[in-house]
Amino acid sequence: MTIRLIPRLDIKGPNLVKGIHLEGLRVLGRPEEFARHYYESGADELIYMDVVASLYGRNSLHEIITRTAREIFIPLTVGGGLRTIDDITQVLRAGADKVALNTAALRNPDIIREASRIFGASTIVVAIEAIKQLDGRYLAFTDNGRQETGVEVIGWARQAEELGAGEILITSVDREGTGLGYDLELTRAVTAAVSVPVIAHGGPGRMEHLRQAVAEAQVGGLAVSSLLHYDFLKKGRPGASGVGPEEGNVDFLKSGRLDSRMEPAGLLQIKRFLGSRGVPCRLPNEGEVPGRG
Amino acid sequence: MAETKRRVAVVDYGMCNLFSVQRACEHVGLASFVTSDPAAVRTADAAILPGVGAFGEGMRNMVQRGLDDALRDLVARGRPLLGICLGMQMILSQSEEFGDHRGLDLVPGRVVKFALSPGDPGRIRVPQIGWNRLVAPAGYPGCWADTPLQGVADGEYMYFVHSFYAVPRDPGVVLSRTTYSGIEYCSSFRKDRIYATQFHPEKSGPAGIMIYRNFKSFCDE
Repeated sequence: MTIRLIPRLDIKGPNLVKGIHLEGLRVLGRPEEFARHYYESGADELIYMDVVASLYGRNSLHEIITRTAREIFIPLTVGGGLRTIDDITQVLRAGADKVALNTAALRNPDIIREASRIFGASTIVVAIEAIKQLDGRYLAFTDNGRQETGVEVIGWARQAEELGAGEILITSVDREGTGLGYDLELTRAVTAAVSVPVIAHGGPGRMEHLRQAVAEAQVGGLAVSSLLHYDFLKKGRPGASGVGPEEGNVDFLKSGRLDSRMEPAGLLQIKRFLGSRGVPCRLPNEGEVPGRG
Repeated sequence: MAETKRRVAVVDYGMCNLFSVQRACEHVGLASFVTSDPAAVRTADAAILPGVGAFGEGMRNMVQRGLDDALRDLVARGRPLLGICLGMQMILSQSEEFGDHRGLDLVPGRVVKFALSPGDPGRIRVPQIGWNRLVAPAGYPGCWADTPLQGVADGEYMYFVHSFYAVPRDPGVVLSRTTYSGIEYCSSFRKDRIYATQFHPEKSGPAGIMIYRNFKSFCDE
């Protein structure tokens, strides 16, 4: 079995954004351009997260999802602001393959059971945003780490699995966007608690951090944002196609400055690195790539 | 331009997202229509039976709509059928998923679950979600000629999501094998013009799209 490398695209309005601790969002460009680039360079799946949806109580990615699904033939997970079975139906109809539930699941855990029964467990990803407390416990948060729930993470992961979650996406809010590496203690605790695949998210700043998460926390997938986005910005510059960001703080993009903690890397580079260190990865044949026609 | 395009029925029995299957058909120029009408399936040029979820519920939904007999008729007419994931499993005779259930029985065989071994640190995680390799049973590349896998590289990766797998009674129908946590199983089979894949070709990038392209050429025959 290969490790899944999953570019995660946080989306606000029409733009791909990236923050630190899920806050302070910077605009990076058009999500579809990044998505296409990642597909063509061997991404195993994609995650689209509507990062302001919870604030407004709705997911607004339907058009972006549909445009993506027309040209990208790998699994797409969509999250953010999905509250009801109807919300889930809508994004699946738009072209998503899986949905990530956080706030709705914490408020009403039974939605996991119901959604899993209707759409199949493998369609339901439970996303957990964890923040470490002074006493060492991890508590689950909602609304991009803003809203405390008092729910303890490990027990919640176990409950989510029992209710029918097909995967757990575990985010360390403390590490997210920092480049300090995944929270291995947190990730390890979750993989030990559940039998379903676990996807680690939040913190990698170098390729070595990815290897660590696989070797030391037995994850099934790695969600990666900054590393890939900054690599594409450095090499690809989506602005070159004439489509630039339309809103948000684009100054950092214009100045060309990138975070010094980050050592950006592309998917192929990452996969070759992991492969050379004994982590099996899918290296696709360099043949025809659909989606350009 | 006057030629009539072959049309493939994407069978809708309320169990899954058909969007990606349609997009893949569209991408290779295969005209498709989603239907839960048995008459439309019966008379279609070909059919795709997708699906995720539970075998029992899937079969119940199919039988309720009369789609089981419609598919049997389509196959009896010699038209191509492609089963994907749960669709592959339902083509077989029976499943042990949550009690015993009868399948379409178009190809003799049964469906069994990945055996869990709890407590083992290197334990098998179910469902299998992710990319895994297809291995030709013997005689590659010849054995994939004139099958949906024609042109696919031996050892190619495809995207899998499943907890159960197919065990066809006749090993001769097996097109590819895949190994998950030490369990080697049938990941695609072919009997006459019935083709089936446990993986999702429409989610498997360019290599998966090749399978749709091959299927299109069978539909055109």
